[in-house]
Amino acid sequence: MADDERAPLTVLWFAWLRERAGTAEEQISPPPEIATVGALVDWLSAGSPRHAAAFQNRRAVRCAVNQDFADPATPLHPGDEVAFFPPVTGG
Amino acid sequence: MKIAGTIPGAIPTKISVQAADFDVGAEFAALTAEHTDIGGIGCFVGTVRANPTGPRLEALTLEHYPAMTERAIAAIAEQAAQRWPLLGCTVIHRVGRMVPGENIVLVLAASAHRQPALDATAFLIDWLKTKAPFWKQESFVDGSATWVDARETDDAAAARWAPGRTG
Repeated sequence: MADDERAPLTVLWFAWLRERAGTAEEQISPPPEIATVGALVDWLSAGSPRHAAAFQNRRAVRCAVNQDFADPATPLHPGDEVAFFPPVTGG
Repeated sequence: MKIAGTIPGAIPTKISVQAADFDVGAEFAALTAEHTDIGGIGCFVGTVRANPTGPRLEALTLEHYPAMTERAIAAIAEQAAQRWPLLGCTVIHRVGRMVPGENIVLVLAASAHRQPALDATAFLIDWLKTKAPFWKQESFVDGSATWVDARETDDAAAARWAPGRTG
């Protein structure tokens, strides 16, 4: 089965999103049809209360895929590193 | 943690993400060493500010996304080097816990003349505040803690450097 060979996504959480998600890092294996950041957000939100809490206000959530800023349309591939975080506040 | 690097084929660039404080004088000296073509250096130092109203700030904790931070800063420095005739730049951003009065961030931009040096310095800090993956958490003496919200004024400051705008 090809599906068995799909590497999981590494999902990272930062700042208050980490607190709501309850973890800094997790391995997630969504079904193959979850092919974009937006689809992943929907799938995670529907799957667990802690993820739903993290994504409660999606306008306040930013994303990076493989360390580059991403948006809901950004495609996902097995093994990608997907990070969710609030708007940045450094400097 | 310390990440340091240079951009190959570009201007001399020092980027560091570190817990330790920095010495502004030493960074000036390092940037200008063996250079006689520099005519001006822009400098910005961001420091931890205690809020004059509201609960008393005990400390600021800077979190970041280690795998992404240096790349994001390098991309910003590269943009600056494309927009202005820079002879060198330095970006040092601290992470971890800092108390009011401590340094958070240093930006230096060197050029032959003052205007590119000053403009590039402003550009670098404006973009750092909106495009580099750092997050600030404030902890107060009363034991409470809160994540700092992004400010629309910061987005506006970064947007004034959009292509086609002269700043």
